[in-house]
Amino acid sequence: MHQDVLISLRNVSKYYGGVVALKNLDLDVYKGEIHGIVGENGAGKSTLVKILTGVIRPEPGAEINIEGEIFSSLTPFLAYQKGIHVVHQDLSLFPNLTVLENITIHTYLKSFLVNTRKLRKMARVVLENLGINIDLNTRVGDLPLADQEIVAICRAIFGEAKLIILDEPTASLTSKDVSRLFEFMRELQKKGISFIFISHRLDEVLEICQRITVLRDGISVGTFAREEMNKEKLIELMIGKKLSKIQKERSSCGIDDEVILEVKNLSKHPEFSNISFTLRRGEILGIIGPRGSGRTEMALSLIGLNPPDFGEIWFEGKKIKIKDYKEAVNLGIFYIPENRLTQGLVLDQSLAYNIAITNLKKLSRRGYVSAKGIVDFARQAIEIFKIKSPSPVVPVRMLSGGNQQRVVLAKWILAAPKVLILDSPTAGVDVGAREAIYRLIHEIVQKGIGCIWISDEASEILNNCDRLLVMKHGRIIGEYFPYQLSEEELNEIIKE
Amino acid sequence: MKVELYLLVVLIALSLVFYFFNPKFFSLENIFDMLRNNAFLGIMVLGELVVLISGGIDVSLTAIATVAQYIMGILLVQNYLNNILVTMLIPVAVGLVLGIVNAIFIYYSRVHPVIITISTLNIFYGLLIFLTQGKWLYRFPSFFRRFSKINIITLVNQKGVPYGLSIFVILWFSLAILTWIILSYFSIGRKVYALGGNQEAARRAGFSVFKIYIFTYGYAGALAGFASFVQAQLSQIIQPNAIVGRELDILAAAILGGASIFGGSGTVLGVVLGTILIAIIRNGLILMRISSYWHELVIGVLFVIAASIVLLRRRQKRRKVVYQ
Repeated sequence: MHQDVLISLRNVSKYYGGVVALKNLDLDVYKGEIHGIVGENGAGKSTLVKILTGVIRPEPGAEINIEGEIFSSLTPFLAYQKGIHVVHQDLSLFPNLTVLENITIHTYLKSFLVNTRKLRKMARVVLENLGINIDLNTRVGDLPLADQEIVAICRAIFGEAKLIILDEPTASLTSKDVSRLFEFMRELQKKGISFIFISHRLDEVLEICQRITVLRDGISVGTFAREEMNKEKLIELMIGKKLSKIQKERSSCGIDDEVILEVKNLSKHPEFSNISFTLRRGEILGIIGPRGSGRTEMALSLIGLNPPDFGEIWFEGKKIKIKDYKEAVNLGIFYIPENRLTQGLVLDQSLAYNIAITNLKKLSRRGYVSAKGIVDFARQAIEIFKIKSPSPVVPVRMLSGGNQQRVVLAKWILAAPKVLILDSPTAGVDVGAREAIYRLIHEIVQKGIGCIWISDEASEILNNCDRLLVMKHGRIIGEYFPYQLSEEELNEIIKE
Repeated sequence: MKVELYLLVVLIALSLVFYFFNPKFFSLENIFDMLRNNAFLGIMVLGELVVLISGGIDVSLTAIATVAQYIMGILLVQNYLNNILVTMLIPVAVGLVLGIVNAIFIYYSRVHPVIITISTLNIFYGLLIFLTQGKWLYRFPSFFRRFSKINIITLVNQKGVPYGLSIFVILWFSLAILTWIILSYFSIGRKVYALGGNQEAARRAGFSVFKIYIFTYGYAGALAGFASFVQAQLSQIIQPNAIVGRELDILAAAILGGASIFGGSGTVLGVVLGTILIAIIRNGLILMRISSYWHELVIGVLFVIAASIVLLRRRQKRRKVVYQ
């Protein structure tokens, strides 16, 4: 056995009836390493965690080697004794007890009486060694989430953990919290503690882990060094197929850290309730749900056309209250409606007119707009957006659906949006034209715009968005990364 | 600490109000009387507190008390007992057993404790009535009466009638201290808090949820048994329908005393103050000569106010966490 290996799994399998949860899995975790595990939902990650923590037993023939000791299966008690600890996504803390009690909770298993003074001394030593200065007497429920996360890890350290499994630790943390957490993990790493880091946030996995194991359909696709991996390769290994060009570009696109739009507890009875999400510059956030789920109503509330009863909207770091669409436009929040024919275009007017209408400031000089100016502008738009039209002065009614949509996109995109809300942007557009429209949107998002993409087509959302929210009955029922789900799964989720 | 402080303030304020209406309120005789009359309630509430902290609820404690009391009564009347200590322990043992029965049902059925304990309330009480035909028990041996008259301090009032601080008040406070010690310094007590705070986390931490249930409901049952001894002592008669029906008082005292119905929090000091608060209110209303029909209404309204305050605070806290 390699000198530096802490835990070695060989031939670990688990079957539930006919379903393969894990098959012939081999895995090595080194001492003092942060080892990432990624995979789609159902790839076997939670089964692996349960086997490592002794909650379930693998099929016979499995070998679990912990620092030389070999087991065919573990029990929760044994796993704990051997130093395998897990911090679940819900942290499993006791909110009504103090930090001290939470950290030392496992001592209650052995002793009859509670020796607070001794425990306090021991806990203080642990915290000081790690440079944590959270007050031991605070109720854990009163702490911010990031601190709770740290308390959960400290509990494992106090219990003399050698391997700490973190299951989606950063799901509800801000990027500042994540940095703090990673710093903490690196400190612990130096002391020889190993981590298994399970997350869907591939950027973070690539940042903090030295090696990454990819699981797919219950098997290990391989363990890779961080240096030889990027997000695109990871996703392809996770889903088992090559990404489309657009997906590739999206995966390599940097999404800014800066949050451009944040929505908190937005509610309007009975259309939608408790909607909260953040949108970063350069990010495409998909919102998908069946008809009547409140998606459009919620989007309209972001631009002043459907004022909410309750909740807050923060734009570029400042709280805003939008009274009408004009205010939204002035801020740079644009909405491209579902129904372009009635809401997106003035059908009888020319292409040029339609495009100019949102760009009048740019085109006017001292209050006058020249006809020539409009037409020239339209010609530019036609070129940039590749709108197929006989001439710029043709009424848009005459254009094909796909080209009409390009006009709508053009008129808004040329007006320099900061946040673009697209509501079913390819409705009624034929397949051939869709690809081009997707490309247009991606190009502009890359310039630092935040985009909310509302659609009820699973494949469109999965192929184009960086993150997606599922809405049903007016609520957000789930948030996913596109590589977490297959199209069938997503359709299942949104089905009524 | 905050809850207890509020309670104390309310207690003092109310006392002053009642004193204003009837100066007899603050007389030592009245205070001793009040405490003695509520020792039974106070002890029951201690048991209910432990159950509430664990995240459950027990409405069968009154039935457990009745059965425990009756079994002791039968043995007394048949002259099988001649020692007050043994007599005291019998209902405690019965209560412990019935409490454990509750725990076993609750654990294995995985049904919410409120439903299980409503069932056991009916089962225990129903069986008792069926078997005894509701017959009263009285004319207990003299040692049983002698014990009830013990006072720790004895004074004489203006009319020459002696009064004093009953031993039952001391017993109540001693049990309160015992409960406090267990909840604060014994690991089983801390486990009860942990279970109430996050049941799933307790399971994952390796706690035996079964053992915690056995302790929680067993202890509550045992205390209910002891309380029934106190009640029999004070009234010197055992009537099967005397105790059942007072479940609301027990819960009101516990929740007014700061025990959360959601589990995970509550203190002995708080529920003792809560019991005293209920005692003061009932006593004050009597001294104000307000019809007893209003008493339940007043208690009920206070209960709603106290519960609402708890709920509002919880909702505020939740909002605070969301924004972080």
